[in-house]
Amino acid sequence: MAVIAYREAIAQALREEMERDDRVFLMGEEVALYQGAFKCSQGLYERFGEKRVIDAPISEAGFAGLGVGAAMAGLRPVIEFMTMNFAVLALDQVINNAAKIYSMSAGQFRCPAVFRGPGGAAHQLGAQHSQCLEAQYAHIPGLKVVMPATPRDVKGLLKSAIRDESPVICIEGETLYGLKGDVPDNEYIIPIGEAEVKREGKDVTLVTWSKMVYATLDAAELLAKEGIDAEVIDLRTVRPVDKAAILTSVAKTNRCVVIEEGWPWAGVGASVAALVSTTGFDDLDAPVERVHGIDGPMPYAKSLEHLALPTAETIAAAAKRACYRE
Amino acid sequence: MALSRETQIGLLSRMLLVRRFEERAGQQYGLGKINGFCHLYIGQEAVAVGCLTALDKDDYAISGYREHGHALVRGVPPGAVMAELFGKATGTSRGKGGSMHIMSAEHRFLGGYGIVGGQVPLGLGYAFASKYRGDSTVVQAFLGDAAVNQGVYYESLNMAALWNLPLICIIENNGYGMGTAVARASAVTELYKKSEGLGVHSEWVDGMDVIKVREAAERLVERAREESKPAVLECRTYRFRGHSMADPATYRTKEELEAYRKQDPVLSLRDRLKITEDKWKAMEAEVKAVVDASVKFADESPEPDASELMQYIHPTNDNNAPERA
Ligand SMILES: Cc1ncc(C[n+]2csc(CCOP(=O)(O)OP(=O)(O)O)c2C)c(N)n1
Ligand SMILES: [Mg+2]
Repeated sequence: MAVIAYREAIAQALREEMERDDRVFLMGEEVALYQGAFKCSQGLYERFGEKRVIDAPISEAGFAGLGVGAAMAGLRPVIEFMTMNFAVLALDQVINNAAKIYSMSAGQFRCPAVFRGPGGAAHQLGAQHSQCLEAQYAHIPGLKVVMPATPRDVKGLLKSAIRDESPVICIEGETLYGLKGDVPDNEYIIPIGEAEVKREGKDVTLVTWSKMVYATLDAAELLAKEGIDAEVIDLRTVRPVDKAAILTSVAKTNRCVVIEEGWPWAGVGASVAALVSTTGFDDLDAPVERVHGIDGPMPYAKSLEHLALPTAETIAAAAKRACYRE
Repeated sequence: MALSRETQIGLLSRMLLVRRFEERAGQQYGLGKINGFCHLYIGQEAVAVGCLTALDKDDYAISGYREHGHALVRGVPPGAVMAELFGKATGTSRGKGGSMHIMSAEHRFLGGYGIVGGQVPLGLGYAFASKYRGDSTVVQAFLGDAAVNQGVYYESLNMAALWNLPLICIIENNGYGMGTAVARASAVTELYKKSEGLGVHSEWVDGMDVIKVREAAERLVERAREESKPAVLECRTYRFRGHSMADPATYRTKEELEAYRKQDPVLSLRDRLKITEDKWKAMEAEVKAVVDASVKFADESPEPDASELMQYIHPTNDNNAPERA
C-alpha cells in the first residue's frame, strides 16, 4: 500500500490506462502545460506529449462533443471539465448524443467516453461554482455516474470508467483532491455499481456518497457516543446504484438516513429514499430520514455557506430521529 | 472631438481608484477577509474606464468575474463593493454574491458572472429589450479573450447583427485565459476579426491607452444608439497579476510582464498629462481616503443574518420547501 493524494490517484489511473491502451487521450482546459487546474494530470503531458494530452479552448460544448464523436470513432476519450459547473454547457452533447447513440443506432455506434471533473461546494465560491449536479446525469438512461470519495476508489473507478463501453461521468470532490489515503500497489480496478460498507453497525443505515462520506463517518462517531451503532454505506456509483447493498443493510438495521450535499428535490437522495421506502418498506421501523443541502442557490458569505451544507451534527440529529431517540 | 484636459484627468482619477481599490482587495484577501475566487483588474483599468465613461447613465453594462473595476466605474459605491467581497450584509448582493457576482441594478450594472461567456447573451437580451421598448439605451458586454472561444458569443453576435441590436461586445484581450496564451486557444489571434464574417462591425484598439479606448467606445456607442447596430471592440491589454489570487502566473516571462508594465495605463497617462508631483499626491490621497473608507465600512458592517439563507430564491417566496428543512 502507498499513501497518496486523491489527485495523484487520478493521475496514476490516467497514466496506467494511457500506457495500457494507446486509444486513450485526455482533453480539457489547462490539462497539458498547467497539468490540470487541480493538478490531476501531473506528469502526463511530459510523458505522452501533445497528441494525447490536449489543452482545449474554453469551448465545453465543442470539446465534449468531440469526445462523443471520437469515442464513436473508436478512441477512448477522457474529457476533463474544469468543474462540473462548466459541464452544464456540454449537457447537450452528453445527454442528447453520448447517452443515446447506442440506442438510436441499435448498437451500431457506442460511446466509450469518460467525462470527469470536480463537483460540489468548495470554500465560498458562490452560487455558480458550488453546485452538486450529479442528478442531471444520474437521471439519464444510457449514462453511468461514479462519485468516488477516496484515493483508492477514484483510481479504481476511473480505470473502470475508461474501460467501460458506455459513457461514464466521474464526479470528483473539489475539496477531496488533497486528501490522502491508501492505494494498493498492484494493478486493480473497482467495478462500477458496487457500494462499500465504510463502517459496520446494527442500529441505523446511513447512505451517502462522495465527500459527504466524511461528515457521515464523523456523525457515526457522534452517534456511537450516544450508544447508537450506525452503518455507513458509500454508494461510490450513483447510476447504476447498488440497490442490494442498501436493502441488505436496511434489512439488518431497519432504519435509514440518506445524506447528500446537494439539493433535495428530484435528486439521487430522493431516489434512494424512494427505493428504501418502497422495496424496503417491510424492513423499516421508521420513516426514511434525509439530510441535504438547502433548497436554494449557494450563498457566498461564510456564515451562510456553512448553514447551507449538511454537517456531522445535522446528520447525527437525523439518525436520532430515525431511531426515535430525539 | 479631442477630450479636454479636465476630462482626461477625470479618467486618470477613475483608473487610479480602480488600481488602488484592487490592490487593497488583494491585500484584504491575504488577510483572509475575502475568500473564494478573486480576480483582480490591475493592468486593465483603461478598458473599463475608457468604455464605460462613453455610456450614459441609462445605458447598461455587463461583465464576467473580473468585474470589480466595471462596477466602480459605473458608480457603484466602493464601500458596497468591498462589503460584498467581505461577504457582509451591506454588500451589493447582501453577501450572497461575492467577488464574481458584483451587481447593481440602480447603476445599471448587470454583473458579475462566473461562467465564461455566459454574460454575452444576457447583454443581447438587454439590447433586444432596448429596441423592443424603443428607449435607445445601449449595452456594453465585456468578455475575456478566452471567452471568445465559446459558441454562445457567435450565436449572440449573429442575432445582434440579424436584428440590428445595440450590443457592443468589448473583448478584454489580456493575452491569456488562465494559463493559456491566446495563440494556444484561438487559430485567429486578432480576435476582432472573428466577428467580421458575422456582419458585425469590428475593430481593435490599444487597451493600455485610455484616451484611445474612450474615443473608440464613444464612436461605437453613438453608432449603436443612432443606428441600432452591434459592434465588437477588441481592447489589447494585460493583467499585471495572476488570473486569480491562487495563480502565481508562472506561464509567462518576467520580461513580458516588465514590457507591459512600461505601458502601465495609469502611470503613462499621468506622465503624458504632466501631472505635477503635488497634484499627483493630492489625487493619491483622495483615492486612498475613498479606499480606506470602503474597507472601514466593510469591516464594520454586520454579517448577513441566518434568516437570509432562504431569502431571494423566488420573488414571491414560494420555494418548493423540502420535507424537513
Ligand atoms: C464555462 C467555463 N469554463 C471554464 C471556466 C473556468 N475559468 C474561469 S476564468 C477562465 C479563463 C477565462 O479567460 P478570459 O476569458 O481570457 O478572461 P480573463 O480571466 O483573462 O479576464 C476559465 C477557464 C469558467 N468559469 N466557465
Ligand atoms: Mg484573458
